[in-house]
Amino acid sequence: MPAGTRKRRRIQLICAAVVLLALATVMIGYAAREGIAYFRSPSEVVGLPDLGEREVFRLGGLVESGSLVKEGRVVRFRVTDGSHSLPVAYTGILPDLFREGQGVVATGRLVSGEFIATEILAKHDENYMPKEVIEILKEEGLFKPTN
Amino acid sequence: MTAELSHFSVLVALLLAGAASIVPLVGASMRWTPWMRFAAPAAILQFALVAIAFGGLTHAFVTSDFSVRLVADNSHSMKPMLYKVTGVWGNHEGSMLLWVLILVSYGALVARFGNNLPLAFKARVLSVQSMISTAFLAFLVFTSNPFARTALPPIDGNDLNPLLQDPGLAFHPPFLYVGYVGLSLTFSFAVAALIEGRVDAAWARWVRPWTLVAWTSLTIGIAMGSWWAYYELGWGGWWFWDPVENASFIPWLVATALLHSAVVVEKRDALKSWTVLLAILAFAFSLTGTFIVRSGVLTSVHAFANDPQRGVFILAIFAAATGGSLLLYAMRARGLGTDSVFAVASREAGLVVNNLLLSVAAFVVLFGTLWPLVAEFVWGKKLSVGAPFFDLAFTPFFVLLAVVLPVAAALPWKRGSVGRSLYMFRGVLALAFAAGVLAWSLQSGGRMLAPFGAMLATWLVFGAGWEVLARLRRRRRGFRATVAGLRSLPRGDWGKALAHAGLGIAIFGISAITAWEQEDIRAMSPGGQYSLSGYDFRLLNVNAVAGANYSSDMGTVLASRNGQPVAVLHPERRIYFVQGMQTTEAAIDVGLTRDLYVVLGDRQDDGEWVVRTYVKPFASWIWLGAAVMAFGGIVSLSDRRYRLGIANRRRARQVTGVEAG
Repeated sequence: MPAGTRKRRRIQLICAAVVLLALATVMIGYAAREGIAYFRSPSEVVGLPDLGEREVFRLGGLVESGSLVKEGRVVRFRVTDGSHSLPVAYTGILPDLFREGQGVVATGRLVSGEFIATEILAKHDENYMPKEVIEILKEEGLFKPTN
Repeated sequence: MTAELSHFSVLVALLLAGAASIVPLVGASMRWTPWMRFAAPAAILQFALVAIAFGGLTHAFVTSDFSVRLVADNSHSMKPMLYKVTGVWGNHEGSMLLWVLILVSYGALVARFGNNLPLAFKARVLSVQSMISTAFLAFLVFTSNPFARTALPPIDGNDLNPLLQDPGLAFHPPFLYVGYVGLSLTFSFAVAALIEGRVDAAWARWVRPWTLVAWTSLTIGIAMGSWWAYYELGWGGWWFWDPVENASFIPWLVATALLHSAVVVEKRDALKSWTVLLAILAFAFSLTGTFIVRSGVLTSVHAFANDPQRGVFILAIFAAATGGSLLLYAMRARGLGTDSVFAVASREAGLVVNNLLLSVAAFVVLFGTLWPLVAEFVWGKKLSVGAPFFDLAFTPFFVLLAVVLPVAAALPWKRGSVGRSLYMFRGVLALAFAAGVLAWSLQSGGRMLAPFGAMLATWLVFGAGWEVLARLRRRRRGFRATVAGLRSLPRGDWGKALAHAGLGIAIFGISAITAWEQEDIRAMSPGGQYSLSGYDFRLLNVNAVAGANYSSDMGTVLASRNGQPVAVLHPERRIYFVQGMQTTEAAIDVGLTRDLYVVLGDRQDDGEWVVRTYVKPFASWIWLGAAVMAFGGIVSLSDRRYRLGIANRRRARQVTGVEAG
């Protein structure tokens, strides 16, 4: 009798685990539609003319020199990868390491040709250049190692 | 000289650790007592050697010895003393040395205080622990030598990254490492038990306090990291689901599961092979975390300067530790059967549900953290998994956990009734509903997030309290008797109640801040005012201020409510001289019911300043909850049954029993 109960308990346990894992898979699949953002360079964005206004993605490249305009709480600048550049608008306070000519990763949506950023990423490390930005710049032949 | 002496100590420690990984293990299987006895002094000596090295490096930092490259790169003579000391681990090499120091401290603690462990088992545990220290000492010596000299010492150093010059971050790594590395000891215990092929209640009683130490420190470390991100980054957020954060959160989830399943092993002699597996996985995930933080494979908001070679080395350690232990597990786990049975409605089953939910939650976080890597390797697509993913996929499992927690925790062992337990909690249930309705009416309708959070929080906090009271009242009645009973309640039960209540407090903070936060951003001149969420803010002025190693623009913002001044806030923008780096210092007025959070932004060309303001209801409850949880861990640790005598006596009886039979 105890042996039978143990076996039954084990089967129940496995069933519960399978159900939970299945549930987790469903949740992951469902959440992935909202939470996964593709990383794109300006050239890639230009190459996707039918990009939806609702799709959140991350735009990476260099902040174009001389493009930064502060209009009160809104900041506008252009992100370039050498071949193409895109206008970006951001409402908020720029991260401390944000500079013209430096790498940047912005998260947001493309609305009528302008990238409306909700988050601008910079890193703690002064020499930091996001890995993805380095790869974009390498593709465009613009990458110069700093030290 | 100190740098060379330190370097030499580390080399000797490496050789010693190598020897200590083999000798006691062989001794244990051959029953050669002197070989087994080698383990304890070797562990203590390893600790002494690494402590000398760590002391040497600290000395170099404190005396600003810029001939040591690490000091030149990360320190500065002008830096405040506190940050000279904490700067030792504010960089990759130094933090690795701290990692190793903590690793060998655990070994030394077991060697010194583990007198109740049988000799062969202790030898095996210390052997496995020495294998881990061998691997990490080799990592330190071959890829991350902190003691390298520079040929041309600079006149002054390069300074520590200003963002790291902060008390919150200064003490965050030590706690985190005590947690991460503490899991190495449970790993060693698990592997030693697999080698012996025996897991029993005594084993669980040895493992639990160490898991508790690790879990408590991990809780404190994660909370401190989150608190640091909240006030130092100035972004207004407190958790970003960043790979580095997840790297510490996944081991926390697994360690929490381990803590609970070890209870079942201790009390009921069941779930043994699962518990051993969790012990292995918990350390495997803390190695994964180390790999993520050190290798730079994932783009993260906060990480050390990266080096692929180091990543490969850690990956190799990870593969050897995880692969080896899982292989051993596959060979030996079948022998860890159990004779105990339990009903679907029982404490055991409740703890199984806890384990399943925590494991699945850990799996979801792991998936989201590693998915960008998988996508890049398999499809060559660059993508990131952001907060919305985790919010959606992770939260349901934790909510479920919180819903079942009070009832499951109050179920009796072996066989119980959910209905009866639920009936016991009818008052708490009603109170929770009332709290939900109250929250809902306070926000006058709208999203259900905060009311639901308030309901869950009340359910958890009062559920934990009620369980304690109900247990006493089952035995005695009357106020006096209850108070006397409360005092005689085992510390372990107090710890449990505190930790569960802490979770409730944190859940309330999280849901309140998520649902009720108000935000305002504007450009304004000094003298301007605005109001947000019932508070009136006035920017009085912005002045230039000089700090020890920085200069700053400091704003003065007066916050008032109904005409009464509430707080004066000083948000700053600092420029650190040495690295020329700008940092944003948010000004926060912390309160029990709300935080006022003001950030000073850029000065505009027309002389206006950008000011960002948040009113964050119940924000501090998040960290208060974490602190209560950690306190619960500490209280549990002080439980009498973990003190040496009891385990010792029971073990002695078992051992004589085995030898007689």
